[in-house]
Amino acid sequence: MSGAELGLALSVFLACAVEAVEALTIVLAVGSTRSWRSAMSGVGVALLVLAAIVAALGPAITSLPLELLRLLVGGLLLIFGLQWLRKAILRSAGVKARHDELATYQQETEAALAAGQTRPGLDGYSFTVAFKGVLLEGLEVAFIVLTFGANQHRIPLAAAAAGVAVLVVVAAGFAASAPLARVPENTMKFGVGVMLSSFGIFWGAEGAGAHWPGSDAALLAIIPGVLLVSNAMAWAIRRSVARAPDETSQATGDAPQPASLSA
Amino acid sequence: MSSARRILLGTWEFVVGDDWRSAVGVAVALGLTAIVATTDLAAWWIMPLAVLAILALSLRRAARDASRRG
Repeated sequence: MSGAELGLALSVFLACAVEAVEALTIVLAVGSTRSWRSAMSGVGVALLVLAAIVAALGPAITSLPLELLRLLVGGLLLIFGLQWLRKAILRSAGVKARHDELATYQQETEAALAAGQTRPGLDGYSFTVAFKGVLLEGLEVAFIVLTFGANQHRIPLAAAAAGVAVLVVVAAGFAASAPLARVPENTMKFGVGVMLSSFGIFWGAEGAGAHWPGSDAALLAIIPGVLLVSNAMAWAIRRSVARAPDETSQATGDAPQPASLSA
Repeated sequence: MSSARRILLGTWEFVVGDDWRSAVGVAVALGLTAIVATTDLAAWWIMPLAVLAILALSLRRAARDASRRG
């Protein structure tokens, strides 16, 4: 397995594991409070839809000429990756609320209980919530599988990495019978943001006609570079946020209030 | 709202998210790279520098918005 293929498998595995943890929390909440059978039906249908999307779009994308594919996919991956990275840096800096699976589980459980009595047969609430949860979390993974896989013509490898991540998370979740709150979700999201942005920079530039010094080996400089810069930016924001309330309180005489965004 | 419009809006929201300026920045940087690549000059350095600037500006906007909401 080449370095680029290892990067592909690792990025897809991490992204898929993070999204699977979030989807698992939703499924556990509706399944344990209302109907396991209906929740699992929703999961099954959502997985079929996601598999159909990858199967339909994969061959269409890979049939594009390599230069055009790298330009389009590199650009999209970079735009998408910068979203992940930006949110991850803001979470790391304490400006944006971190994901808390226990809090999400609590909210979903309360909503499921408030939705009224479970109906006999297929429970529409459990089916719909599980279906939407898995589909929405899974779409991001499908996008990553398609873009990463298509660029290296290794969609099966990307899909396999995603499948292994789902199996690992589901096995861990059912073994624990609880949301996987101890998974370092925010750190993993930071890592995925770094990988998506790095590969987006690399493929986007190649697709636009640039030649990297050292060819594929340039990734060995780009990935640590993006990681270093991202950590430096998180540190700088953390410092400025910590300083800002002091300045505000000195000016107004009020108690300092931390700035935060919702998830 | 028609379903086609809803799908387009959903796709935009999914890929671009809440910071369209970053997407425009990436498109401009790729265009600039393509232009420089047609000359004798090296073009590989444009994307890393552009991404650094795009990310810094995007984070600055987000941090400023957050401190306004306090």
